[in-house]
Amino acid sequence: MSTRITSDDVAHVAQLARLELDPAQVELFTGQLAAILEHAEDVEALDLADVAPTSHPYPLVNVLRPDEVGATLPNAEALAAAPQAEGGRFRVPTILGEAP
Amino acid sequence: MSAAEAGSADTAVRIAAAVRAGERSAVDVLEAHLARIDGGEAEVHAFNTVTVDAARAAAAAIDERVAAGEDPGPLAGVPIAIKDNLCTRGVATTCSSKILEGWVPPYDATVVERVWASGAVPVGKTNLDEFAMGSSTENSAFGPTRNPRDLTKVPGGSSGGSAAAVAGGFSAISLGSDTGGSIRQPAAFCGVVGVKPTYGLVSRYGLVAFASSLDQVGPFATTVADAALLLEAIAGHDPADATSIPQEAPKLVEHLDDGVAGLRVGVVTELTGEGISPDVLARVREAADALAAAGATVEEVSVPAVAYGLSAYYLIAPAEASSNLARFDGVRYGLRVDAPTTNEMMVASRTAGFGDEVKRRIMLGTYALSAGYYDAFYGQAQKVRTLICRDFDAAYERFDVLLSPTTPTTAFDLGAIADPLTMYLNDICTIPTNLAGHPAMSVPFGTGQDGLPVGVQVLAPALGEQAMFRTAAALEAAAPRTTGASK
Repeated sequence: MSTRITSDDVAHVAQLARLELDPAQVELFTGQLAAILEHAEDVEALDLADVAPTSHPYPLVNVLRPDEVGATLPNAEALAAAPQAEGGRFRVPTILGEAP
Repeated sequence: MSAAEAGSADTAVRIAAAVRAGERSAVDVLEAHLARIDGGEAEVHAFNTVTVDAARAAAAAIDERVAAGEDPGPLAGVPIAIKDNLCTRGVATTCSSKILEGWVPPYDATVVERVWASGAVPVGKTNLDEFAMGSSTENSAFGPTRNPRDLTKVPGGSSGGSAAAVAGGFSAISLGSDTGGSIRQPAAFCGVVGVKPTYGLVSRYGLVAFASSLDQVGPFATTVADAALLLEAIAGHDPADATSIPQEAPKLVEHLDDGVAGLRVGVVTELTGEGISPDVLARVREAADALAAAGATVEEVSVPAVAYGLSAYYLIAPAEASSNLARFDGVRYGLRVDAPTTNEMMVASRTAGFGDEVKRRIMLGTYALSAGYYDAFYGQAQKVRTLICRDFDAAYERFDVLLSPTTPTTAFDLGAIADPLTMYLNDICTIPTNLAGHPAMSVPFGTGQDGLPVGVQVLAPALGEQAMFRTAAALEAAAPRTTGASK
């Protein structure tokens, strides 16, 4: 079986997922995720070396559409819901520590 | 008197026939439903938004078309509610999450376009567990929905608002989405019909994605015939969804009365044993007996790998969710919490915008996909998915449809289940079909010891909807009559 998920794992995963957790939440989620993963041990224990994975239930391959010009969302409508927009683009705060 | 008893409404089949014939006005039909919303919605909370003005305008337009000699379509004048994770142009779509605050979609989901084109009248957007993650509709940022059959009970989830809207007579039919049971389980709890179609039969374009290889849109209705009518209206190939099946959808309505004589029905051993309430099991046995009495051959069948369904699902669905929900970052729409840098803005927005269950699944999925764990968790779960498909295929060599309970119990009390894993166990009977991509539906069949509705699940192979609906129609005809059924 796998090693039990730790509070360090949870803190790391939260950081990867761009979520901030306080220490109490880390403890709560660690216990809950451990219980769920423990339940999944029946799957981990199966010998499935010769079984191919299924990623999609109804196999369709090479789904292509005709290369035709169609209607797209107008720029103004695409930006209408943006928290901040400027000059026809989405505006965000500083990236990579440089001045905007 | 419960909201359900107050909400006795007419069927979509009868409404559409009368409106198309000019015998009833769509406006009158709508006003009767709006009056029931006025009477019951404050207690039930089925809706995030009731679109009264748009509904009245749509109903008036239907009546004008009928007066002008036009046919508005197979759902003419039928009030419909739409789960609030389906995009509606010009109407807020929230997924019952704070992170989509203020977002108004610039386009309609394909299923929404299709129900408008069929003449349906939009009464509103229904409440759900945030991003469709839950089995009780208690995980909504806007508060829980209550079960119209008994207001102390949950309606099930995640499409609890859509199930409650139909059970309460607020709309004749509704649309939900089903990733692990989110249509069938609330249908069972609220005593209505709920259908998860074959993966790819109904377009997902405009459905806010939770787990893309499992999600499917489907109907709620008070009768099997209404569900068939609505599924025919939304099914069929859509070029905007690359996973849409490029062939003609099965004909359902014209085969509903074909009966079940000679049909081979298998009762799934693994879903009719441990963990299922005795009163629910008793209804399933009675349902099987009723099908046998109607001429079907009924036998037990083992589908061993379904026992691993829950474990595989709770690795695959969160993995896909962690990827799909990465798009909610405060940049292009929805909530933004200001911070000095973009990375801090994203962290602050996601932390403030997502509820605990969504955070839990994002973290579980991120963990299952992370370096060192991918093979043990996500990869292994995908292989189990293959086993489940194989075992179902073997069963369908001998049987046309399969039978099981929809849920292990009847509806539980609000607040009764706090532990996530215990909540997930609600879905043990419904999850395997999502993993296989097959259709399944829940049909009300009597009540449990507590007097609450029991749902019997009919499962079928991919694109086997016709036999599934014939079986459901036979069960409906044989079902014990219970209070609150909107017949």
